[in-house]
Amino acid sequence: MRLEKCWFCSSTIYPGHGIQFVRNDAKIFRFCRSKCHKNFKMKRNPRKVKWTKAYRRLHGKDMTQDSTFEFERKRNRPERYDRNVAENTLKAIKKIDKVRVDREARHHALRMKGKKAKEQREAAKELEQSIHMVKAPAVLQQEPSLTLPKIKVKVSQQQSDENHAMEE
Amino acid sequence: MVQYNFKKITVVPNGKEFIDIILSRTQRQTPTVVHKGYSISRLRQFYMRKVKYTQQNFHEKLSTIIEEFPRLDDIHPFYGDLLHVLYNKDHYKLALGQINTARNLISKIAKDYVKLLKYGDSLYRCKSLKVAALGRMCTVIKRIAPSLAYLEQIRQHMARLPSIDPNTRTILICGYPNVGKSSFINKITRADVDVQPYAFTTKSLFVGHTDYKYLRYQVIDTPGILDRPFEDRNIIEMCSITALAHLRAAVLFFLDISGSCGYSIAAQAALFHGIKSLFMNKPLIIVCNKTDLQPLEGISEEDMKLVMEMKAEAMKTVIGQGGDPLNDEGVLLTMSTLTEEGVVSVKNAACERLLDQRVELKMKSKKMNDCLNRFHVAVPKPRDQKERPPCIPQAVLEGMAKQQAAEKEKRKLERDLEEENGGAGVYSASLKKHYILNNDEWKEDIMPEILDGHNVYDFIDPDVLQRLEELEREEGLRAEEEDDDFEMDGKELTPEEQEALAEIRKKKSLLIQQHRIRKSTAESRPTVPRKFDKEKKFTSERMGRQLSALGLDPTLAINRARSKSRGRKRERSLGRGGNDGDDVMDMDVDQPNKKLRARSRSLSRSRSMSRPPGEVVAGEGFKDSAQKVRALKLAKKSVKKRNKDARRGEADRVIPTLKPKHLFSGKRSIGKTSRR
Repeated sequence: MRLEKCWFCSSTIYPGHGIQFVRNDAKIFRFCRSKCHKNFKMKRNPRKVKWTKAYRRLHGKDMTQDSTFEFERKRNRPERYDRNVAENTLKAIKKIDKVRVDREARHHALRMKGKKAKEQREAAKELEQSIHMVKAPAVLQQEPSLTLPKIKVKVSQQQSDENHAMEE
Repeated sequence: MVQYNFKKITVVPNGKEFIDIILSRTQRQTPTVVHKGYSISRLRQFYMRKVKYTQQNFHEKLSTIIEEFPRLDDIHPFYGDLLHVLYNKDHYKLALGQINTARNLISKIAKDYVKLLKYGDSLYRCKSLKVAALGRMCTVIKRIAPSLAYLEQIRQHMARLPSIDPNTRTILICGYPNVGKSSFINKITRADVDVQPYAFTTKSLFVGHTDYKYLRYQVIDTPGILDRPFEDRNIIEMCSITALAHLRAAVLFFLDISGSCGYSIAAQAALFHGIKSLFMNKPLIIVCNKTDLQPLEGISEEDMKLVMEMKAEAMKTVIGQGGDPLNDEGVLLTMSTLTEEGVVSVKNAACERLLDQRVELKMKSKKMNDCLNRFHVAVPKPRDQKERPPCIPQAVLEGMAKQQAAEKEKRKLERDLEEENGGAGVYSASLKKHYILNNDEWKEDIMPEILDGHNVYDFIDPDVLQRLEELEREEGLRAEEEDDDFEMDGKELTPEEQEALAEIRKKKSLLIQQHRIRKSTAESRPTVPRKFDKEKKFTSERMGRQLSALGLDPTLAINRARSKSRGRKRERSLGRGGNDGDDVMDMDVDQPNKKLRARSRSLSRSRSMSRPPGEVVAGEGFKDSAQKVRALKLAKKSVKKRNKDARRGEADRVIPTLKPKHLFSGKRSIGKTSRR
């Protein structure tokens, strides 16, 4: 029993899931679900489809090269069973996973580094430019802070049953 | 040899069947269609053909019967006598004779009627002649029907007769009933003769074959013979007598010395002397059977005497054959078929005697002399006196010894193990038993294949720990570097500013939405006329709301808007005087003032201005607005509960008939009714 990778989205295919397609040139395509299968049939390139791992790696959204990936390599020759090796391997897998996850998080953080500052700058600019949409210039002159006008003036000309949604 | 193969005789049909067969064949194989319009010669020919055809068939079939049944005079006298004994020669010949006469009669009939047919003048007459001919032929056959049945029975019985070759080496077994003849033949041959405690178990001859010195011997088992005069014997005994009389065979006379067959030795001896004439020229051996019950030495004196007499008779035959007169070992033998002691020696002795006799005869005949000079047996001359025994190498001998020892202690098979532990369904063999591992304790270990979404086999590496250590060291280093830089937050917006920003963004998105709606054509979106569209209504309230949301004071604007609105006669109204300024003061007017103004407004002529909502106009039978208002209130109250329960009201759409007949039944004048 082996866990395979989906050809389209690169997620793991557990036993009992998905479809395997064998082409006439004996190349095997495995898909984790019909979404990937249908996309493949439509001849879409996974490198261009945003939600796939191939795209993400290609466009630098996810970590590409790392030493943790070298631990996992498909070996074609079976090794003779050794209990100690097996034990160590099982423990190692967990630790490697942790390391890998940490590194991915770091990569993501690095990617998102300047975002906050940028957002703040943009927010400030927008506020300054479009304040006239919420605060009349006349009021702005009187009160130059970039906040909503404090006092709402009530119009009580007629008492009507409809709700006037004045208060925000 | 044709003589004794009676299985090849064709089946003799029953009288009725015979007729049916022939007549149906005539009907099938001759033309059937004839009309009275044919020419007379054609008609005659047609019917003559039928008659002749039937006669020919009868003739053919009857001839085959006559030819196939053996003629008793032409076959070997043994079979002739056997058949006579079984079926009675006279009856047999008579039956065949009747068949013959029938055949001739039929030929005569056919000839006569064909002659008559030659002069038939009409279809009807020819037909009747043919019918008559065929009828007479069939009557003839009907008359011989009993003979046919008899012959059929004989044929069936004959087919089951044992195939005995009268000319080959034969051993005949005879004696009283129940002495052990059939048991003996069962022992030495593959024959399976019935052996039962009652007399006359064997009712006919049985043949078995046995081998001796690479030659095949027939062994014939006969039914028991009783001691009575020749004429009184029944058919079964006659069978044995016939066999004795005609077959040139070695005779084994069986003697039951224990007397358990029910007859004493004296009686058996009497029988022997009665039929000793039949033993002429045949090698005779007296066999004393059932020695397990009574050994030969233990019998009484008189019996011993009788036995010796028989032996003496037997010796005569030995002498007659030119054998060694002093050798009396092969003449009187003892055996027991139950314990099987002496059986083989009896057989060997009989075969030996017979062989000797036959060889003697052959030697004496003329034929041998012609071939004798052609025989020469070559024997290699010994070169010297040296002994040359077989030579087996030592290794082979050892190997053979070892193999035998190994076979003695058999290896325990998996199958045995399975059987021990509960059988096929219960025990499942441990496939890992023969694994070669560094440590035998690990044999039954189950290794996980999958862990946390990884294949464990991809990670296996003997120096996985080492690499892991390196990795962790790396990781540690990097973690230290990391702690140095963290982000400066910079300027954050205050909560009020955030509020304002949110508001701005909301407004912007609303604008965009509205723009998008407006951009789409009326086809793809519902259009509500502006007077019912509450959001887009151009009312002063709306304006006021929007202005106040921006922070401005809308009263001035509203008043201005109001004053500018048309349809108001300014002279009539009361408290007007100034324009907006006064109105500005009457900010919080009470109800009655409003009503006054409302009424004054209503009194004005031009009603083209749309009334503000909520205004109740009296009319429709109401005294004044107040009453109407009250009425409206009542109406609303009555409906309120129902609306709350979302029940169907008067204004709700109602379909009176859910399944109108004209839609759900009836044929269509054109088109299909596959949809309703």
